[in-house]
Amino acid sequence: MVDVTPGAVDVIPPAEVPEVELYHPHSWWTKYVFSQDAKVIAIQYSGTAIAIGMVALVLSWLMRLQLGFPGTFDFITPEAYYQFITMHGMIMVIYLLTALFLGGFGNYLIPLMVGARDMVFPYVNMLSYWIYLLAVLVLVASFFAPGGPTGAGWTLYPPQAILGGTPGGQQAGIILMLVSLILFIIGFTMGGLNYVVTVLQGRARGMTLMRMPLTVWGIFTATVMALLAFPALFVASVMMLFDRVLGTSFFMPALVEMGEQLSYGGGSPILFQHLFWFFGHPEVYIVALPAFGIVSDLISTHARKNIFGYRMMVWAIVGIGALSFIVWAHHMYVSGMHPYFGFFFATTTLIIAVPTAIKVYNWVLTLWRGDIHLTIPMLFALAFIVTFVNGGLTGLFLGNVVVDVPLSDTMFVVAHFHMVMGVAPILVIFGAIYHWYPKITGRMLNEALGQFHFWVTFVGAYAIFFPMHYVGLVGVPRRYPEIGEPAFITAPVENLNAFITVAALVVGFAQLVFLFNLIWSIWNGREAGGNPWRATTLEWQTSETPPPHGNFGKELPIVYRWAYDYSVPGAKEDFIAQNDPGTGRPATGLA
Amino acid sequence: MAIALVLVLVVVGSVLFHALSPWWWTPIASNWGYIDSTLIITFWITGAVFAAVVLFMAYCVWRFRHKEGNVAHYEPENKRLEWWLTILTGLGVTAMLVPGLFVWSQFVTVPADATEVEVIAQQWQWSYRLPGADGKLGTSGSHLVSPENPLGVNPDDPNGQDDVVVEAADLHLPMDKPVKMLLRSIDVLHDFYVPEFRAKMDMIPGSVTYFWFTPTRTGTFEVLCAELCGTGHGFMRGIVMIDTAEDYATWLGEQSTFAQLSTPEQVGAAEQTVVRP
Repeated sequence: MVDVTPGAVDVIPPAEVPEVELYHPHSWWTKYVFSQDAKVIAIQYSGTAIAIGMVALVLSWLMRLQLGFPGTFDFITPEAYYQFITMHGMIMVIYLLTALFLGGFGNYLIPLMVGARDMVFPYVNMLSYWIYLLAVLVLVASFFAPGGPTGAGWTLYPPQAILGGTPGGQQAGIILMLVSLILFIIGFTMGGLNYVVTVLQGRARGMTLMRMPLTVWGIFTATVMALLAFPALFVASVMMLFDRVLGTSFFMPALVEMGEQLSYGGGSPILFQHLFWFFGHPEVYIVALPAFGIVSDLISTHARKNIFGYRMMVWAIVGIGALSFIVWAHHMYVSGMHPYFGFFFATTTLIIAVPTAIKVYNWVLTLWRGDIHLTIPMLFALAFIVTFVNGGLTGLFLGNVVVDVPLSDTMFVVAHFHMVMGVAPILVIFGAIYHWYPKITGRMLNEALGQFHFWVTFVGAYAIFFPMHYVGLVGVPRRYPEIGEPAFITAPVENLNAFITVAALVVGFAQLVFLFNLIWSIWNGREAGGNPWRATTLEWQTSETPPPHGNFGKELPIVYRWAYDYSVPGAKEDFIAQNDPGTGRPATGLA
Repeated sequence: MAIALVLVLVVVGSVLFHALSPWWWTPIASNWGYIDSTLIITFWITGAVFAAVVLFMAYCVWRFRHKEGNVAHYEPENKRLEWWLTILTGLGVTAMLVPGLFVWSQFVTVPADATEVEVIAQQWQWSYRLPGADGKLGTSGSHLVSPENPLGVNPDDPNGQDDVVVEAADLHLPMDKPVKMLLRSIDVLHDFYVPEFRAKMDMIPGSVTYFWFTPTRTGTFEVLCAELCGTGHGFMRGIVMIDTAEDYATWLGEQSTFAQLSTPEQVGAAEQTVVRP
């Protein structure tokens, strides 16, 4: 049943437009700081995202210390605890994962992988980063504002988000949070338009859509989704800001706060939830689809085998992207919305499991009869599959409306979403950094430190989040700084919580080893050469490593084949680069 | 080969933890045993898939690891296999969804003989209101809330005068009688959650939400708020006691009606018209 279309060479169209001269930097400032080079912007995005991510890591330690050893740390008041969980969640989802996958990997990889000199709108691309940085600074400022950052939970549900009973609700915390989100979305839109237009208009000759690496498909689809989903969060943020600052009542019904009648009236708290999750559910896939794409390429490259079922993989990405816009209310089964919505959203949610499962099968079938090199990127890819399958399967509990009822708002949910959109995508990020670091710096990351980082992170993260499901199954609600010893708890959860906390601290410290490796290897890593993994895609075929401004040498590459010609029968080597015209070799790949 | 071994250990460890660890759900005290059954079906199906995928991966990693001279097989697609896997997945998903939707339809269909009980949440305590002898709850609203009328019961509604008001105290319910819990909040979102009942639902200021259940055993059960409602969220607990019919009647007899509470100097004079400023 092998479906190979020979003769792929004959679809190289002539160049449609002459090349445009790039803006060339004239000074150190325009080369490294206010740079319009997507690769520099990518590193700026990544560095900022990792830096703010470290803040989120420390916050997770603090919240775990409270949960593991309640009452031990006097400075962790309930107010502080809610501020920790809120900022941890918001930073991880928006400012780390979204920014790193799209702003970081998107910027670095899209132009290189599609064979473009740069993004199509380099100046707007530069602005995108600086507005993102501003959003991060506003977010950080809320830590120093009177009353501290908001403690409304990362979902920011009104009315409590803007009332005095919540940390930061009647102070600056919530205002800075909303302003930061608004800035983030403005900045993201500038970058996002670039990624989409570059993929659609900037590809090299011969790079048909169905020859693109799955990394590009994943980032491209995620960006299209983000451009459609973030506006919902944008309007929700603006409306809540108006409710808080101007006294409008978009989300605020008549209510009594601490015995006092407030002047709000007529608004709908549940409208906010619909807007939030209309953004929030696609957001899960905005993070997951780039991870899906990247991990496909890692597995294929390091197993020296074409990705199994490429066309099915592309359609699964597109299908998941489309379906993810009609499942949002599965976050709201017990929100008090009309109960008949449950039938619809449970059905759409479980349908999305089918294309997702296909992706998992195809990753595993790519391993089947491969030539598996257990490099660090491959190890992280394998760990991703384990954690993603685990987290995806618990999604079938929570997506199936009536099964969700006892589990909703318990620690089971926390365990589920950390496994599926925390641990799994972050394992891909690590794998991707180990994979592309040699291209970015010209040197390999240290292997021994990488092994240490991998084992502690994978085993440790599983030890954190697998048992956490059972804390939720026992019935412990999420967002409780301490549960005490209520009668419904069948077996004490203190020991389990303490174990999880210790595991979280260990995993956290392993990330410091990773950071050290990242910096140390810039100067001390082994020289990588241009294509250390013997990969097929265009970024590994550049004339120089690291690639210069403009990416490719004098001539842009011409693409003759798909991205997965590994171990082609009859070929001299076990890979054929995408820009290899294939003289004397079989021209293969899917048309 | 460490990774293949660890993958096997992940599966074995997860299954053993599931089977042997003491952490499991609390014994049920409501009619929603069907929810537990659906959960068990889901555990079996997803557990089998998890074990199959990860063990297959472990086998591949061990069997096809790189050795000098190995060449990967070249096979871009296999339509037949992909279709089979898609169909099997579809069947597995259907096996979970169909019973799930069946139970959901029961969950959202309140029996006609269910008694209405109102739960009123506020930062950070629980109050309750039961219909009086007329079997009807009076109307209410947040705009009516005042220190003398903390639940916002409409003083002009005759149906509300005999309503039993349980302010910031324990709720009692009779065993084996279906109840429709009407959920109301006067400030922010809350969620009425009793782990033993398996049911929960958010409470939204300005709306009345609901769920129904039938208590199936007597006992004292803890109410927890399950929707973040501010600093006191983790301490917003209450008590529901499920009584025999006699105990329930005794408890009910000790409670005060809205009319009695509105005119404390005339306790017991519920039939008098209450005039309020």
